[in-house]
Amino acid sequence: MTHLDDRTEPHSPLPEGASAQVATTDEIRIRTPEKVCGMGHPMKRKEDPRFIQGKGRYVDDVKLPGMLYMDIVRSPYAHAKIKKIDASAALAMDGVLAVITGEDLKAAGDLHWMPTLMSDTQMVLPIEKVAYYAQEICAVVATERYIAADAIEKVVVDYEPLEAVVDPHLALEDKVIVRDDKEKKTNHIWHWEAGDKAATDRVFAEAAHVIEQTMHIPRIHVSSIETCGMVANYSKVTEQMQIYMTSQAPHAHRTVFALVSGLPEQKIQIISPDIGGGFGGKVPVYPGYVCCAVASLVTGKPVKWIEDRSENLQADSFARDYHITAEMAADANGKITGLRVKTLADCGAADAAANPSKFPAGLYSICTGSYDMKAAHIAVDGVYTNKPPGGVAYRCSFRVTEAVHMIERMTDIMAHDLGEDPADFRLKNFIRPDQFPYKSPTGWEYDSGNYKAALDEAMKLIDYRALREEQAAKRERGELMGIGISSFTEVVGAGPSRDFDILGIKMFDSAEIRIHPTGKAIARFGTKSQGQGHETTYAQIVAEELGLPAADVQVEEGDTDTAPYGLGTYASRSTPTAGAAGAMAARKIKAKAKKIAAHLLEVGEEDLEWNVDKFQVKGSPDQAKTIQEIAFAAYTNHPQGMEAGLEATDYYDPPNLTFPFGSYICVVDIDSGTGEVHVRRFVAVDDCGNIINPLIVEGQIHGGLTQGLAPALFEEIVYDENGQNLTGTLADYLVPTAVESPKWETGRTITPSPHHPLGAKGVGESPTVGAPPAIVNAVVDAMWHLGVRHVEIPMTPQRIWAQLREHGVTD
Amino acid sequence: MSRHTIKLTVNGEAVEKEVESRLLLVHFVREVLDLTGTHIGCDTTSCGACTVLLDGRAVKSCTVFAAQADGRSVETIEALAADGTLHPLQEGFWEKHGLQCGYCTPGMILSAKHLLEKNPDPTEEEIRWGISGNLCRCTGYNKIVEAIRYAADKQRESTEEVSA
Ligand code: FES
Ligand code: FES
Repeated sequence: MTHLDDRTEPHSPLPEGASAQVATTDEIRIRTPEKVCGMGHPMKRKEDPRFIQGKGRYVDDVKLPGMLYMDIVRSPYAHAKIKKIDASAALAMDGVLAVITGEDLKAAGDLHWMPTLMSDTQMVLPIEKVAYYAQEICAVVATERYIAADAIEKVVVDYEPLEAVVDPHLALEDKVIVRDDKEKKTNHIWHWEAGDKAATDRVFAEAAHVIEQTMHIPRIHVSSIETCGMVANYSKVTEQMQIYMTSQAPHAHRTVFALVSGLPEQKIQIISPDIGGGFGGKVPVYPGYVCCAVASLVTGKPVKWIEDRSENLQADSFARDYHITAEMAADANGKITGLRVKTLADCGAADAAANPSKFPAGLYSICTGSYDMKAAHIAVDGVYTNKPPGGVAYRCSFRVTEAVHMIERMTDIMAHDLGEDPADFRLKNFIRPDQFPYKSPTGWEYDSGNYKAALDEAMKLIDYRALREEQAAKRERGELMGIGISSFTEVVGAGPSRDFDILGIKMFDSAEIRIHPTGKAIARFGTKSQGQGHETTYAQIVAEELGLPAADVQVEEGDTDTAPYGLGTYASRSTPTAGAAGAMAARKIKAKAKKIAAHLLEVGEEDLEWNVDKFQVKGSPDQAKTIQEIAFAAYTNHPQGMEAGLEATDYYDPPNLTFPFGSYICVVDIDSGTGEVHVRRFVAVDDCGNIINPLIVEGQIHGGLTQGLAPALFEEIVYDENGQNLTGTLADYLVPTAVESPKWETGRTITPSPHHPLGAKGVGESPTVGAPPAIVNAVVDAMWHLGVRHVEIPMTPQRIWAQLREHGVTD
Repeated sequence: MSRHTIKLTVNGEAVEKEVESRLLLVHFVREVLDLTGTHIGCDTTSCGACTVLLDGRAVKSCTVFAAQADGRSVETIEALAADGTLHPLQEGFWEKHGLQCGYCTPGMILSAKHLLEKNPDPTEEEIRWGISGNLCRCTGYNKIVEAIRYAADKQRESTEEVSA
């Protein structure tokens, strides 16, 4: 598709003059004037006018002529045999057209099972038994939404309840087998290790101090305000399947649909329209989507399926659910020397984690964090339970949140045990700036970092030493005040294709830019914004590279018929991959523009230099051609022998991941009577490399922090011993409101990525990853002198109160 | 299923329709009138994505029957810039980056509109309580608070100009 010959600029990810070691600043780099609005400008978002006027177009807003509605019958049991499904009363209702069962899907070509992203299998609709509460049993298709809802009540299902296994530790005993469809009758799914076991054991044998702590990172749910849904529109005449879908990865989903259904891929169009928040929950393919597509195939009519909130919370993919036992070793000088971690990953009824296929525990092995140590070893076991399948991110890059929680908690416990200030202890143990690129004991190569700079900045912003004095004074008076730090390292931007794929599809990403004759442009990307503001930031990237005003660059994503193939938006990968592709495609265009400029100005290419938005003759800047003039010439007066037009495509395969980082400091006051935690202050210093739009970055940080606060204090998906979900509505699953959310204070350092074309790293998830341990560390810090070593999340008033009571503070 | 003929004003226009008695106002607005700016985010009256103004008061339209709006006046997000000029709240949300995915935004704006009508100069605390029936999963609320503050200031400036 590119109109450039093979000799033009190959990928050169390292910007000119870049060395592996990079300097840290706090100045945002701005190289274009405001009218161009390239990188660094706090441009108001281009997508906002439609949203603030109620003109966004989400899946549920799609209305097609003759459209039918689908609703789903769900299991009231977590584990039960299905003896009979009687849909006759439903089918007899006026307006009910079809009921689709597992048997129907089986007859349609074994569609009753589907592959998960982790090469496991998952039921679409069950035939023999259900394995989790709220599992899909069958789908009803009717002419109206309300009729479909009425009809699901009329479907009679005869169940024989079975004992359910909910606790993953008990599941390992294999008394109840969740997946008896498998050859091996065990709930144990996989065992995975990283790091050097022998070296780690040696370090522990020699250690002066060893600490151990267990912790549970509980099951939580992304709960984007828009739930999941689809409108499938199959035409029996053209054999085209057009699908509107809440999808974070429309191309990958198209390929999955083609592979599973056997429909030719060119006949499938997936449109991911405006998406009301994703956070990882719209990466998996859920049974409801498959049923909806089948319903349209069967009826030859458009069918809409929109799940309600209870279905969303009860059956869609969860996040986290790691049971961790960690040990940390330190030498006599209080230098961390090693880390040894065992983890049980509760996968639910299928391993449907949204991880790259080589990584059953995602990027969990980043667990040595920001600290330099000699050795580390981790072992993770995946286990089935009678709970919904999943393992999505909840705004994080493949399990890095669990890793950061663990290492930041362990570091804090070690500091307290050694009687050292947690800030000083971190400063002593950080990987130093001169160690980058840094090879971690579990094999990661961190691209760049300056951890001390970020922590220094956070300590300055919050006046850390003064807070410690205040705390001492309060403690004298019996008041509970705590200060917690988290100095996290993130790992985002998957990924280099040598390591990262989804179902074998490599995790590159793409951009295609076309410059129109009048100097305006359309740019299409393989990612899909769910609120991140791609229409603005990508336009700014093109503006930065080509000098076209960002206002003149229209950005499109989410339609598989028009956008270049990409792997979608999650794991903070859009800027590191598609953003980079945008810069590289723009550079290809610039190379051709230079040839055209040389032709127009009748000079050699080597006599030209680039200046914001034009090529000018060196030493004679009056002789110049703007990018707009060049674009016009590309269609009206291009050099003989050159192809007309001005456009390029780039598929960008990053040479490495990027490693954003930051230091957060949280101050809490605890009410010793009620156990309530009040977050008084929270300072977040983030370093995400070069910044494209500071306004959007700040918004991402605020949102991410609130999604870090939420699991720390409020959110957990809770099951009873029978596997019933006790938190299946937003009245029980506590998403924070404006009242619970603190006023976030932000700061920054900038340490560019040495390998990203724009020096950017990605930011959307760092705060969700970094915030929870800062809050837990603050709460424990407030109670350490009472003998409290650890508190599990969510730190509800009941939990804190119980600890206070145990330690004699309240009665 | 019993049916009712309802007459009401929606965004300033008279509307007369026959509806099922159980039809929710949110479905009436979205599906009968095709005003899809009002959203649905839950089934427990928790999220506020469906907020509209009923006789000027912010209500969750998922918890009101269309029939209950008979004889009354409904205002949805689509009314706010009907004359082509953005309402100060819309301007504030754009200016201050008060939205990300935009799904909660119409409900937030209408709750804020009701708040500012009752209390034209709210404190930060009052703003936070005023929108506490509306969930936003994306923004962390700080910038929504700033957006509402922006609108409050702008509206007060313009009333002062008028009275001066
Ligand atoms: S849809 Fe959630 S409150 Fe109405
Ligand atoms: S902007 Fe996404 S829910 Fe508020």
